[in-house]
Formats: sequence, structure tokens, C-alpha cells
Amino acid sequence: MKNPIEQLQKVFDSRVRLGIMSALMVNDEVSFNELKELIQVTDGNLASHLKALEENGFVKVNKGFVGRKTNTTYSVTKAGEKAFRLHIDALEQMIKQVGK
Amino acid sequence: MNSQNQSLETLADIKKMMDRSSRFISLSGLSGVAAGTCALVGAWFAKSVIDGGGKTGPRSMSELNGSYDTVGIGMLKSFMGNRLFLIAGITLAAAFVLALLFTYIRSSKQGIPVWGVMAKRLMWNVALPMMAGGIFLLKLIEAGVYGLIAPGCLIFYGLALVNGAKYTLGEIRYLGYVLILLGLINCWFPGYGLYFWAAGFGVLHIVYGIVMWNKYERKSL
Repeated sequence: MKNPIEQLQKVFDSRVRLGIMSALMVNDEVSFNELKELIQVTDGNLASHLKALEENGFVKVNKGFVGRKTNTTYSVTKAGEKAFRLHIDALEQMIKQVGK
Repeated sequence: MNSQNQSLETLADIKKMMDRSSRFISLSGLSGVAAGTCALVGAWFAKSVIDGGGKTGPRSMSELNGSYDTVGIGMLKSFMGNRLFLIAGITLAAAFVLALLFTYIRSSKQGIPVWGVMAKRLMWNVALPMMAGGIFLLKLIEAGVYGLIAPGCLIFYGLALVNGAKYTLGEIRYLGYVLILLGLINCWFPGYGLYFWAAGFGVLHIVYGIVMWNKYERKSL
């Protein structure tokens, strides 16, 4: 059997990125500020992790306005959804194998 | 073993984040208990008003609640009807304020904004069936169908809870189911509206609140 560790995505190897992906999986779109409150990280930290996910094509950025204020929201892409599911499956596999 | 624990922790984190980002989980069990207590006190006052009015003649509670004809309209517009409306209004306001207070306390403990996106989504989904139901019930009062008001309250409120359960702690769904059932049964016993009302809004809320408090909040004390 294949080693499930190979299925783990390097990109998701961070609490912040896992948090971002988890929140985006269950919501159509989440704003930058909501993510900040949920994960409780600094602006810069969150922005750099979002950037990394965006560059991998896992996260989509939607820039909009609420009144005159910019309102940036994020949503998950098809590729991101697939990759995240694989990642969770791999985690599960690892737990099962060690549990045996 | 270590990697197993790590994976488990990661999965637990993911699950927590999914819940936190899609549901308003600060709804406190104590809110349920407080709202239920208000409802019982309100029902007690209402009963004393109705019983007090009953002394002047055979106009018992069952007649007030159960009359499908228009005999009751004059009565409702009278002093007693106004008192009942006042009691209902105060009860609702007190229950709402107290419920909000306990939930506010819990959410600030958890570090979750009380008026965040999740709370707004929950409010909207609960308010929609309630408002539609409320307007419908006002029309029922206008039509003089008092017997169906208590069951109507229970049914619409139950539907609102079931609808809102997707956006908060899921267990509230069961409270909704029981309230709907109680409301439907009440349709066939129009004379006992106040008792059904007290059982549904009072007793059931207190029971639900205690169960939820036990399950989620006792540990964190």
C-alpha cells in the first residue's frame, strides 16, 4: 500500500493555512477580517499565507467594495477543494494505520 | 504514536474551524433557562388576569382561548385583552434581553464576536419564519380565531428553530421538533392554549437550556 504521508500536501503544513482552508470549505466566501478573527493571527501573517495558497491556485481572491471601503473576500477553488480533501483523507489513513 | 496524535489534533483543529466559521456556537444554555423562566412567569400573570376576568361571569379561560366565533373580540379589545397583550410583550422582551445577555457573556469568553456574520445569518434565518408567523397570527386575532393563537406561536417558533439549527448548535433542532408537535396537538385542544404555551415556551426551554449547559458549558467553568 502507498504511504499516506506522500499524499499530505506540503502547502497545508501550517495551522494558519489549515484554518483558512477549513473556513473556506464550509462557506461560500469569507472576508479577510473574518478570517483574521477566526484564526487570530496578525494581518501580515494571514496575508502571506493567503498569498501562498493563492499562488498554488487553491484560493480565489474577490475584490469588492462595501460603500467606499474595500472588501476583499476569499473563496476556495475546485483544485483547492480537491487538494484539501486528499489531505484530510491522508491524515485519516495515517491515524488508522498507526492505530492497527 | 506521535504522528497519530498529531494527525488527530490536526483533524480536530480542522473540524473546530469548520464549525466556528459556519455556526454561531456561543448560544448559551443559560439563555434557554432564562427565556423559559420568563415564559413561565408571563404565563402565570396571564392566567391570573384571565381567572380574574372569569369571576364576573362564566367567561373562563377556555372560552377566551377556545372561542372560534367573534364573541371574544369585544373582550380582547377590553381592558383584559390589553393586559394580556402587555404581558405577552413584556415577557417576550424580557426573555429576549436575558437570552442575549447570557449569550453575550459566553461569546466574549470564547472570543467570538456576538454580532459577527454567523450571528447575523442565524438571526435572519430565525427571524424570517417568526415574522411571517407573527403577521399571520395578528390576522388570526383580527379574525377572532383566538383558539389557534397559542398553537400558532408554538408551530411557527418551532419552525424558526429548525430553520436556524443549521447556523448554531445543531441540538436546537430537536427543541424545534417538539415545539411543532406540541403546537399541532394544541390545535385540537384550543381551550388549553395557555398550558401548552407554558409547557412549550417555559418548561421545554428550561429543560433544553439545562441539557445544553451540561453538555457544553459546565466543563469550561
